[in-house]
Amino acid sequence: MALSAIGSLCFLLRAILGPSLPDRVMAVDGFVVTLVALIVLNAARTGNQWFLGVALVVAFVGFVGTLAGARFVERRGR
Amino acid sequence: MDVTELIVGLLALGGAGLVLLAGVGVLRFDDIYARMHAATKAPTLGALLIGAAAIVALDGGRLKVALAVVIIFVTAPVASHMIGRAAYRADGVELHLDAGDAFASFADDPEPWEDVAPRPATDDPGDEDPEAPPPS
Repeated sequence: MALSAIGSLCFLLRAILGPSLPDRVMAVDGFVVTLVALIVLNAARTGNQWFLGVALVVAFVGFVGTLAGARFVERRGR
Repeated sequence: MDVTELIVGLLALGGAGLVLLAGVGVLRFDDIYARMHAATKAPTLGALLIGAAAIVALDGGRLKVALAVVIIFVTAPVASHMIGRAAYRADGVELHLDAGDAFASFADDPEPWEDVAPRPATDDPGDEDPEAPPPS
């Protein structure tokens, strides 16, 4: 759990200080995948299943957001 | 200590370690393609391992976990492909390419496959002797 949280924080840090816009989009994509893994890991630890739907929706929205960000970078550049 | 708990712990530890490695790689690499290499593959496998641990551990809700893992597995390659193409086409992104840009001649040409010589058409099945006279 702590290992995964530290990895997720690394992704977030790269998203904040990424030198270019594709770096940020890539970091947010990886952060979303990591977030889904964290939610599932939390459910496996505590045993309650309340947040599994949240994991599903976060995975979908993260994918769509990544596609939109990539399209935006492709049009605008930098 | 149950065998099930041991399996769950090993799977979750492996997944969390992969996620941590991906985070360290994303922070430490100095090129966007190297960062994408770290950021797209390792977290996907980490999510798979953590999802497997949750499927073993949980009583209900296994279908949701499996669906989340399948969604990640389907969408992560598409997303990373889009990011890579955007990073190539965008201006002002530093690309530290080792062996030159082999794709540039294709990217600028609107009809790239016209220049490539077509493969010689072979009708014979191949195991035939080319020196042999054609059957008449």
